[in-house]
Amino acid sequence: MTAFFAAQGLAKRFGDRLVLQDVSFELAEGEVHGIIGPNGAGKTTCFHVLTGKHKPDGGRVTFRGRDITGFAPKEIARLGIARSFQLMNLFDDYSALENAVVATREFRARAFDVLGAAASAKAAIERAEAALADVGLAGKEGVKAKSLSYGDRRALEIAVALAADPCLLFLDEPTAGLGAEGLERLSALIRKLRGRVTMLIIEHDMRFLFGLADRVSVVHWGQVIARGTPAELRANPWVARSGLGS
Amino acid sequence: MDATLPRAAWFPPALVVTVVVLASAPLWIVKVGLYPYIAVEIMIWMMFALGYNLLLGYAGLPSFGHGAFFGVGAYAFGLAQLKLGAGLWLALLAGIAGAALVGAIVAACISHRRGIYYALLTIAFGQVLWFLAMKWHTVTGGEDGLLNIRRPALDLGFASWPLASNTALHYAVLVALVVVTMLLWRLVHSPYGRVLGAVKQNEARVAFSGYNVWLYKWSAFVISCAVAGLAGSFFALAQQSAYPNVMSLHNSGFVVMMVLVGGGLVSFWGPFIGAAFFLLARDLLGAYTETWLLWYGLVFMAVVIFKPEGIAGIWRDGLRRVRRGPERLVPAAR
Repeated sequence: MTAFFAAQGLAKRFGDRLVLQDVSFELAEGEVHGIIGPNGAGKTTCFHVLTGKHKPDGGRVTFRGRDITGFAPKEIARLGIARSFQLMNLFDDYSALENAVVATREFRARAFDVLGAAASAKAAIERAEAALADVGLAGKEGVKAKSLSYGDRRALEIAVALAADPCLLFLDEPTAGLGAEGLERLSALIRKLRGRVTMLIIEHDMRFLFGLADRVSVVHWGQVIARGTPAELRANPWVARSGLGS
Repeated sequence: MDATLPRAAWFPPALVVTVVVLASAPLWIVKVGLYPYIAVEIMIWMMFALGYNLLLGYAGLPSFGHGAFFGVGAYAFGLAQLKLGAGLWLALLAGIAGAALVGAIVAACISHRRGIYYALLTIAFGQVLWFLAMKWHTVTGGEDGLLNIRRPALDLGFASWPLASNTALHYAVLVALVVVTMLLWRLVHSPYGRVLGAVKQNEARVAFSGYNVWLYKWSAFVISCAVAGLAGSFFALAQQSAYPNVMSLHNSGFVVMMVLVGGGLVSFWGPFIGAAFFLLARDLLGAYTETWLLWYGLVFMAVVIFKPEGIAGIWRDGLRRVRRGPERLVPAAR
């Protein structure tokens, strides 16, 4: 059986620094998969390679049996793969609603409509409103992204990814900088999306990830050094000794 | 809280005001100490600046060689008339198509760039085109340019108006300006325009949403060049000549100064204000001193340093103060 999404032997070097050596994993459809590892382990680089920002120096990425290695970001997005960013990546002068609208497939279908009114893109607006409601931003649709609080901006970041109605969603450190209430909101959202969307989550926060992920890959020195369900990893002596699972 | 996207009427209030002022200008312009031709020139530059602002203000792409495309329009208009015997409509079309075509080639070479590299490349291409106009004597007439461009009659089939008088030309340019303004106003509020604005704010995010960013930057440049070409055509028609000076670095700089001083970064209408302000400053200051550009340059620097939102920004802040009292101002896109 071919995996829903798979990476095999991904390698990436910057100059003489080998950031990814040999990263492989497979995602089953509907799975929530976590990637953990210490700072500088290559987690974010791995994301960049998977979403087209960087081309890998070796290895293969397949999606639904199709080889998508080295695809550009726009091609990957068109396959229904969306991502959120670790650093904020919003349209600051646009409202929360418009940030999400631009990300929808319905709006993209009208990408070169030059004389129709953007405000008449009803389907796109409805989907964007639903995505904002999903992340708890209902009522803040008209607020400019730059005027939102930090937590709301993180939430909008995820709403933008959801507005694309993805079948596969990559979240890059979604908990970064979130308070207890924000964490709660995010866990609830991920639980709600489970089954509907396949997710790959990069995370520092082990407690958060182990509570949500079906399986977790531990990445260190550019390689997957352990993989399993949260329970299996907690029992793994190496993971236990590294302090990651505590 | 307005929770929908900005809407676009076909005939926004600011355009109504513009039309009323410009349509009545021939009646009062001499009485206020000006001369009729200045209004024609202002409208031509308004058109050029408005098209330029699609690139600078909306797409965030700094083109510092845009005068070249204004010039290509002027030359294409003149050449179509002088060498091919084209009438008004065909010559205007040649001006638009010529500038758009040259713009398409230039844009294809620069649209993968951004920021300072983009700006430098546009200057380089602008200078190449200016150099061509100067040196390609057999086509462009070299430093003398194209002389004896006629003002043919405006022929609609059922009726025809001579454009020889400045008043007739005034209304012809006004109609063209209104059409261009309405189209661009629709465009910046269309899905295309909103994505273009998103490209300005965050190119990477737009690409990660599945859009072809390159094609947006390319097409915005071409549209902007087409408008510059139409403005340039009218300039050739008004001046009855086309010469290398129209595509010089000066002209490229003037349009930037108009758009920034007028407030193109915060308002669709900024280029209108800026074009009128610049040309009136040229004539009014120029009456007193040869060095008027020095004084205008100081105004330009003051605006960029103290009020980058330009005159439109000052106007907007003033309106807000009147409406809400002196509370803290929340910056708005437009």
